[in-house]
Amino acid sequence: MALLEIRNLHVSVEGTEVLKGVDLTLDSGKVHAIMGPNGGGKSTLAKVLVGDEAYEITEGEILYEGEDILELPPEERARMGIFLGFQYPVEIPGVSNTYFLKAAVNAIRKHHGQDEMDAMDFLQLVKERAKRVKLDESLLQRPVNDGFSGGEKKRNEIFHMSVLEPKLCILDETDSGLDIDALRIVSDGVNAMRSEERGFLVITHYQRLLDYIVPDVVHVFVDGRIVKTGDKELAKQLEVDGYAAFEEAAA
Amino acid sequence: MSASTETIERFTQQGYDAGFFTDIEQDRAEPGLSEDTIRFISAKKNEPEWLLEWRLEAYRNWLNMPEPDWQYVHYDPIDFQAICYYAAPKRDEDRPQSLDDIDPEIRETYEKLGIPLHEQEMLAGVAVDAVFDSVSVATSYKEKLAEQGVIFCSMSEAVHDHPELVRKYLGTVVPPGDNFFAALNSAVFTDGSFVFIPKGVRCPMELSTYFRINAANTGQFERTLIIAEDSSYVSYLEGCTAPMRDENQLHAAVVELVALDDAEIKYSTVQNWYPGNKEGKGGIYNFVTKRGVCAGDRSKISWTQVETGSAITWKYPSVVMRGDDSVGEFYSVAVSRMRQQADTGTKMIHLGKNTRSTIVSKGISAGQGQQVYRGLVRIAPTAENARNYSQCDSMLMGSECGAHTFPYLDVNNSTAQLEHEATTSKIGEDQLLYCMSRGISQEDAISLIVNGFCKEVFRELPMEFAVEAQKLLEITLEDSVG
Repeated sequence: MALLEIRNLHVSVEGTEVLKGVDLTLDSGKVHAIMGPNGGGKSTLAKVLVGDEAYEITEGEILYEGEDILELPPEERARMGIFLGFQYPVEIPGVSNTYFLKAAVNAIRKHHGQDEMDAMDFLQLVKERAKRVKLDESLLQRPVNDGFSGGEKKRNEIFHMSVLEPKLCILDETDSGLDIDALRIVSDGVNAMRSEERGFLVITHYQRLLDYIVPDVVHVFVDGRIVKTGDKELAKQLEVDGYAAFEEAAA
Repeated sequence: MSASTETIERFTQQGYDAGFFTDIEQDRAEPGLSEDTIRFISAKKNEPEWLLEWRLEAYRNWLNMPEPDWQYVHYDPIDFQAICYYAAPKRDEDRPQSLDDIDPEIRETYEKLGIPLHEQEMLAGVAVDAVFDSVSVATSYKEKLAEQGVIFCSMSEAVHDHPELVRKYLGTVVPPGDNFFAALNSAVFTDGSFVFIPKGVRCPMELSTYFRINAANTGQFERTLIIAEDSSYVSYLEGCTAPMRDENQLHAAVVELVALDDAEIKYSTVQNWYPGNKEGKGGIYNFVTKRGVCAGDRSKISWTQVETGSAITWKYPSVVMRGDDSVGEFYSVAVSRMRQQADTGTKMIHLGKNTRSTIVSKGISAGQGQQVYRGLVRIAPTAENARNYSQCDSMLMGSECGAHTFPYLDVNNSTAQLEHEATTSKIGEDQLLYCMSRGISQEDAISLIVNGFCKEVFRELPMEFAVEAQKLLEITLEDSVG
């Protein structure tokens, strides 16, 4: 059974169709990259997968581990193991990063019938995972993303992901705004989590990220749908030729 | 309809948890206000002549004062002749001597509110002077406080037992002719708390009073006076809820604080009076004058408030910094939901040298709530090197509510340093989605975000009060999103 299966997904926002029939099958253990020009609907796909109510699904299905999740609210999907690393992580003033994560971890544990995590164990886990993505320990006690630099915010997303240990990891333009060192750190964090139990959907505008997170499958996403699917060589070809040829074809 | 629109609907229609009504025989004045009413109240309380004269003078002042209309709130004119100005539990002659003597029905009322007196005493170590309607029915820890020379009693008792102190300080901070509602209060006030901390004493416990408005159509006119002598310290807690009623209930309290040299007064309020129903009917009119004077050098007065109730709130806890090096502080969380209106803020009046003030105001508007922050910072010509820091943050939930900020600055000394910061944010769908996509439920997400927003104020509250305030806010804002 596929980890994620998207079938003929049509999505509208305020009456305008933004996804126009997306089909995608992602198996556990695989990394799929979605590449495409800005405004093509890549981020919409990510938000729809986690259950953003701003979008209206007009047609199609999303199956996660074989189960239709379209009717499930975002928190249910998260507890089942779906995670989105946001393109623009949100600031939550006054709420410490650690406190926030603890609320998230315990909500997920509760869903699986587990007890709340012991406070000391949790602290240890958090410190260990922060080290993994070279997140400064001072950021653990700071309010979530509040006053973080662009790079720190993205690193914090990967940090959250490594603490929550989801099964489906969706990363939306995680590379944007990162310098080359930060990009390497973030990629190392992602690569450390690659396993047979886990699938990744990596959305990016640039091929650069895929030098570090090497994908199994590359999809070209233009004007609300996948127009071409290939292996990692496709990404390299895009780097040379650009999206223009696909955009013309779509138009 | 999106899920969040639904939750707004649910939220605006949510009932009032503390809405119940205790049936107690009232000993009450006929509705209406005249010199006779005032004489009735004064006689009922067996007051000395000077106090009656003081009341009558305030009343005559009041007759010539216009009702203020500059506030950013809307309500039908109040018929002051339709209000009943005195109500007391009937067993007036036979006051309970200890908590055990309290009418079980009253105790039940408190228990419904989750604030059983006996538990509070034992667990929190709080001395409770419970005001049920207008007459104090319980005072505890009095002996322990008395050992230190601390006086903590009802205003009525203070008038009889410590007339020299009452006479010396009453009306010195808020004069009887200060404003329309303060004048009204001065004329008809029924009871309240009196606190006196003698020189050099650090009050050994938090002093706490729970207020309740319980009689239909009865104005509640509390009068509280707190005096901290040289180098003393006191922390005073005030919290209240009211049962559900249909008619609007006027509440015009006056609180006066006096801090002498090196003294510190910390005054904390959690206010959860009936806000009215979803059409905006009923609910308390909360028109309060609260003011403290830092009369002595190096004295400090700090107001902290969490305001979630009342149909209309009109209140500006203020500090007059007369002593050199004195400090004034104001920390506030105010919530306006359904059709609640709040015009609230503070006044920081700098008279002494090197005086410092801090204002942190957090306003939360939801439903069709309207909220105004109105704050005055005045630096007198005598206030060399005065400093003020003001921070006013507003949070909006939903698209039908409003937040307005009116900061007034009046600076008459060029050595002054003032900073003002203001932000307005919306509990965004994006903030909620972020939390929820990490597995946190919508309700938990809201309480997380709101508590984070209010953190700077909550940490100023005494521990047990902070927990209560946080819980209150969670209950109040349950299901509210925008």
